Amino acid sequence: MTVKMKKDVNPIDSRLNHLTEPPDELFVPAPLDRDVSEEIMTPSISFWQEARERLFKNKGAVFSLIVLALLTLLALVGPAINEHSYRSQNIAHSNLPPKVAGLEWLGFDGKDVKGNDVYATRNIEENYWFGTDEFGRDLWTRVWKGTQISLFIAVVAAALDLAIGVLYGGISSFYGGRLDNIMQRIIEVLVGIPNLIVIILFILILEPGITSIILALVVTGWVGMARVVRGQILQLKGQEFILASRTLGASNARLIGKHLLPNVMGPIIVTVMFTIPTAIFFEAFLSFIGLGLQAPLASLGVLIEDGYKSMRYFSYKLIFPAAVISLIMISFNLLADGLRDALDPKMRR
Amino acid sequence: MKKNEDLLVINDLKKHFKINKKDTLKAVDGISFTIKKGETLGLVGESGCGKSTVGRTISQIYEPTSGEILFEHEDVHGKFSKAEVKQKKRDIQMIFQDPYSSLNPRLTVMEIISEGLVIHTPDASVKEREQQVNELLELVGLNKSHSGRYPHEFSGGQRQRIGIARALAVNPQFIVADEPIAALDVSIQAQIVNLLKTLQEEKELTYLFIAHDLSMVKYISDRIAVMYLGRIVELTDSENLYENPMHPYSEALLSAIPLPDPKMERSRVQILLKGDVPSPIDIPSGCRFHTRCPRAMDICSKLDPAFVERQPGHFVACHLHDEEVMAAEKNEWGSVSV
Repeated sequence: MTVKMKKDVNPIDSRLNHLTEPPDELFVPAPLDRDVSEEIMTPSISFWQEARERLFKNKGAVFSLIVLALLTLLALVGPAINEHSYRSQNIAHSNLPPKVAGLEWLGFDGKDVKGNDVYATRNIEENYWFGTDEFGRDLWTRVWKGTQISLFIAVVAAALDLAIGVLYGGISSFYGGRLDNIMQRIIEVLVGIPNLIVIILFILILEPGITSIILALVVTGWVGMARVVRGQILQLKGQEFILASRTLGASNARLIGKHLLPNVMGPIIVTVMFTIPTAIFFEAFLSFIGLGLQAPLASLGVLIEDGYKSMRYFSYKLIFPAAVISLIMISFNLLADGLRDALDPKMRR
Repeated sequence: MKKNEDLLVINDLKKHFKINKKDTLKAVDGISFTIKKGETLGLVGESGCGKSTVGRTISQIYEPTSGEILFEHEDVHGKFSKAEVKQKKRDIQMIFQDPYSSLNPRLTVMEIISEGLVIHTPDASVKEREQQVNELLELVGLNKSHSGRYPHEFSGGQRQRIGIARALAVNPQFIVADEPIAALDVSIQAQIVNLLKTLQEEKELTYLFIAHDLSMVKYISDRIAVMYLGRIVELTDSENLYENPMHPYSEALLSAIPLPDPKMERSRVQILLKGDVPSPIDIPSGCRFHTRCPRAMDICSKLDPAFVERQPGHFVACHLHDEEVMAAEKNEWGSVSV
């Protein structure tokens, strides 16, 4: 190769010498078929299909989705698996450690901290999978009943947050101007009061119970959603596709329903997914400081509070509800994280 | 088609935006012009001079602060019944600058283009609508098999054509094209401008073509208006503007067009304007351009020049072409020298 190159002093010049330029009539415009050049080969997928694909690629999100599905299923059917109800007491069977036939090697052997087989000494035939509390109530039933109630409180609170937040934020940003100004000042006042104080005062005034906990959570909880929605709509309102729709003569209802809300859906879903674990956490916290549900109703917070009192001798009373609440919190946060990545508008234009 | 009939008459249009209690941004500050049926009026000017605001006020996105917009001799912003307002909106449509934000990313092309049809002919069947959308897609040179796709699957030029199809769906008479080619590649720009030209012939459309690319504007426009800081400073036939610009600002703008011939380009004289465009919140006294004008006189900072027809069909707002002012200016010089 190198030898050959050296022979030609300047390869371009030498080539030009014995190559005449082609005559003009040989130049013909290249056929350009518009249909072919503008063919789009990739399959068409909508935003939601693509988001779903991206979510399923995220291992953490898939894992938490499965965990959440399992926990929800257990919360629904768990309390009905054995014949005990969450409130039926049996003093003779009090403070039994967990025992599962076949899972003795895992610690479900029915032995207390000193290593005595309580089931044998007390002559109890039945196995309590998660053990019993000091009144002899079955903890398996109570844990899943508690999960059920905790999830219910969180989901209802999140749904109310969603409804109020979207409505408030939407109105504030869509109409704008003075109305927006006033509504935002109200929000700022609400944010300025520490929400723990508001929640505690709320519970003190109302009777402790599911409804009052939900109300207390919603009173301050919707603010975050309202802000997210307002920010998104303000950003979208100036976009040209909204102006285009206006010049076409679209009504406000059409603008909101067809153009604004579908584009805000992503951030709304992500915010809801982050609201749910926060609500569960707050419910547990309230129950833990004694402002939550009253006996014999169980929520995860109530169970943790009960278990924590006798943590040293009957640690199983604390471990099971604590493990469930931790799993729920981690899963919701991982799933929300995955959703945020999957729905992030910055990932696509 | 009667070419000489006025389709759109704009009288002393003003659009001010309140910034806070003290300041108002005078985006458009008293402009008047007419657009004849079937013609294209080019509107050029620097960014921030109010071009887009004019377009948006005409297409009823903004309410004017004062002045009137007469479309077929009727005030667009007057009081009308809902049906009349709908019809008025239908007649004036808009093509937008950014093909990436002018299409809703969650809707398919079919849904985007048929939106106008859904709003204005709600009784039509789905099949009829699909038929119409397919025709529109073919009209703007897109494959009708693409109607089920989402905007992000298209290129900039294709998206712009979808935007054009959306505007055409409601059979408008007048289209405001707000810098429709500014965000596109040069090769695609020509495609879009040629498409707009063919559509104009086929559908007897009238355009207000807003742009800052002077060579493109010359190609598509019959007449050109030059805007500066919320006012029109010169308005004339496009040929005439390029051969005989009367306003110093137009001269400066035209001198900025690069020439394709490198030898000519080297000898091209550019008029460099000093400074920046003054803020439209704090507009200079007298002639708005006097702070940057290379030929400013004393009177320019005191007296606002009127927008007058100095030559047939050639409107300009500049003291240089006002004989009375020039005579007075000369006399002053004379008295000083004596």
